[in-house]
Amino acid sequence: MPRIVGLTGDGAAAEAMRQIDPDVVAAYPITPQTEIVERFAEFVAEGLVNTEFVAVESEHSALSACCGAAAAGARAITCTSSQGLALMHEILYIAAGNRLPMVLTNVNRTLSAPLNIHCDHSDSMGSRDSGWIQLYCENVQEVYDTVIQAVRIAEHPEVNLPVMLNLDGFVISHSMQPVELMDDAAVKEFVGPFRPVVDLLDFQNPIALGALVAPEFQFEHKYAQWRAMDSARGVIGEVGREFGEGTGRHYGLLDPYRLDDAAVVVVVMGSAAGTSRAVVDELRSSGVRAGLLRVRAFRPFPADEITAALEGREAVAVLDRAGTQGGEGGPLFTEVRAALYTRGVSLPVLGYIYGLGGRDVPPASLRRVFEHVRRAAATGKVDRAVNYLDLRGWK
Amino acid sequence: MTRIAPPPRGLPAWQEIPLGGIVAGPGNSHEYLTGSWRTRRPIHDPGKCTSCMICWLFCPDSAILVEEERVVGIDTGHCKGCGICARECPIEGAMVMAEGGSY
Repeated sequence: MPRIVGLTGDGAAAEAMRQIDPDVVAAYPITPQTEIVERFAEFVAEGLVNTEFVAVESEHSALSACCGAAAAGARAITCTSSQGLALMHEILYIAAGNRLPMVLTNVNRTLSAPLNIHCDHSDSMGSRDSGWIQLYCENVQEVYDTVIQAVRIAEHPEVNLPVMLNLDGFVISHSMQPVELMDDAAVKEFVGPFRPVVDLLDFQNPIALGALVAPEFQFEHKYAQWRAMDSARGVIGEVGREFGEGTGRHYGLLDPYRLDDAAVVVVVMGSAAGTSRAVVDELRSSGVRAGLLRVRAFRPFPADEITAALEGREAVAVLDRAGTQGGEGGPLFTEVRAALYTRGVSLPVLGYIYGLGGRDVPPASLRRVFEHVRRAAATGKVDRAVNYLDLRGWK
Repeated sequence: MTRIAPPPRGLPAWQEIPLGGIVAGPGNSHEYLTGSWRTRRPIHDPGKCTSCMICWLFCPDSAILVEEERVVGIDTGHCKGCGICARECPIEGAMVMAEGGSY
């Protein structure tokens, strides 16, 4: 029987890892991910898992160990945050390019400098083109559920790619929420055995992995990888549906809220969606047709699905918890706008950069965003495409 | 009207190559010709060569051709012109490097 317990985001990720019981976990502690490693190390010490736990000396080594393990046909999981993810950067591309499925839980924390341990998405956005599937979680329950689903998505034969799931540092990682846990056996059954496609220990079919590829082949290899990412678009939905059949909690690429007849919409990823829901409810009760579109999958980017969800709206604001230094607005904003433009959908789209370095996003801030969106809806114009929410001195 | 050159023919399409750049079988360096990399070329003199096999042992590309236990020449399709064979050859003039990659 499923049971409900109180867990933090980190605790939920560790609990899901215990139930998955992967062959290898290689990880290095870093705030605010530390609790995942601590908890999992306890599970290992208590003999609750059969996992080979590799206590590495850096994140570069953590991901390298996972690559080696995955190439040898083992199910590997790691977790990190911020500078740790930056240190993994080189190996992220190797995991994806060598088509090694694995799961990485990234606890979103801003990148230094200035040194700050709190949440924004600048760490994972730095990895957005590394070839990893990226999923963003809204709450602790979703973290638990997504770690389990990520195993299936990564290992799907049409995908064979690593999955990075993201949860907001402290906001989710250190907040305790009630979480409905599956039985150990149900998790085991859902993830099933790992059937590796790339397997260096298959002595009947010897292969070399990571060999030099000449210019005549590199492009074709990268394209095959892009197509696998395209396949993941369907697989994320498929796995999310199957997960929902067993648990009642359904997941997909997007998570719309009161969107059907919405005129003004906020698009956001991560924990700020929770606050947005409350503000949408509030505006609805005062007669404003407000709606929310939470983007769960940023890679692969659900351009068609987002366009379908936003077409016909009066105005939209896209909220980014990261900027693109020297670019025009945040990464989600630029891609949403490009998706709409490419598909001939013309509506006012406002970009907001918010919450950097753990700056809180209270309901009052989202009310201001919706006010701005309503003004854009009334005039049909974007007075300013790139906005900085609650930034002192910005007008 | 400008014509765009078609992509090169004869190489496998993206659907036909192994997943993740794996090398799925042994011995395929035979298929990859590296002779065009040469800027210098080894010249073998069968009259002076004693077939001591030192060049054969040292060649990093297995480009020393041997028949019936005798060194008979250079595999020009794979020799990159590194000069290790000439450097290691103990016989004066049996294997010398010449400028230019073409034979």
